[in-house]
Amino acid sequence: MSTISVPGIDMRAENAPIGAEGPGWFTTKLDDAVGWGRKNSIWPLPFATSCCGIEFMATMGSHYDLARFGSERLSFSPRQADLLMVMGTIAKKMGPILRQIYEQMAEPKWVLCMGACASTGGIFDTYSVLQGIDRIIPVDVYIPGCPPRPEQVLEGIMKIQELVQNESPRRRDSPEYKAMLNKFGIE
Amino acid sequence: MDLQGLTALVEEKLKQRFSDSLLATEVHHDMPVYYVRRETIADILQYMYHDGELRFQFLTTLCGLHFPDQKGNELGVMYQLHSLTNNYRIRLKTFAPIEDPKIPTVTTVFSSANWQERETFDFYGVIFTGHPDLRRILNMDEMNYHPLRKEYPLEDGSRDDKNDTMFGR
Repeated sequence: MSTISVPGIDMRAENAPIGAEGPGWFTTKLDDAVGWGRKNSIWPLPFATSCCGIEFMATMGSHYDLARFGSERLSFSPRQADLLMVMGTIAKKMGPILRQIYEQMAEPKWVLCMGACASTGGIFDTYSVLQGIDRIIPVDVYIPGCPPRPEQVLEGIMKIQELVQNESPRRRDSPEYKAMLNKFGIE
Repeated sequence: MDLQGLTALVEEKLKQRFSDSLLATEVHHDMPVYYVRRETIADILQYMYHDGELRFQFLTTLCGLHFPDQKGNELGVMYQLHSLTNNYRIRLKTFAPIEDPKIPTVTTVFSSANWQERETFDFYGVIFTGHPDLRRILNMDEMNYHPLRKEYPLEDGSRDDKNDTMFGR
């Protein structure tokens, strides 16, 4: 990763992909350029059901400011979202709804699972609560904590960014990926 | 009116109108409690709603009870009533055997009992005869048992990561 400086214009692109540059031009691999663009324009869908959602609100606020990571535009429609952020207890009755939302999201899509409840059921070891959302949908990054602090949410987003940047453009067409989805019963 | 007076007043009125139905009276903390036969529960609430002296016109709450050791009267329903004009508060309890958990609905008197009876049905399996729409309200429709009955464990049964040898649970 390097920094591109554009001569004559006071503009710099941080953490740009490795490539060759000269006055007014820059070359790199298409994969890297696409990954770099995706990474810095993730639209999250907040699926906030309890106190983790409150911590997420703090993360979105000016103090922690998720906008610095290119994610200031929350998408409340799953069809335009890149990242599903599941934050809070998921009751078994809500399971099918969460799954439907995941299925409605367009590829490529990522899932971030925030807090003890979403990851494992947490303190709600009871008949009505789903014991971890990874029983119904695949998860990319787990954030531990009850609830996690906003710094941890930012760390989780940065882990997602790493995955987004380094994902090969053909991954979603691979038989491994399809097999993984089939394990969850998703076509 | 003091607690004793209120307890006696309601008891007397119930004895007058529903002598066979009133099984027992007790004062639990600062609340009179009346145990009544299940067949007449709706009639009793109807009567106490319209009685000029009592005017129990607000159903504070209603919930299910399960006492597995109380043979023949395992399942029950508790009604808490409030007379807003007099500021009287009383409680009624009625029981049914678990094999035949039928209790008449009180939605005929209090519309607010509708969802509360659905909740009691959902969690305890009490069948409120005459209820307009007795469906589950909080749990999943596919659920095939009534989870707050004492024979069912609270914990989720689908976990396989609880290793007793590690933590001596």
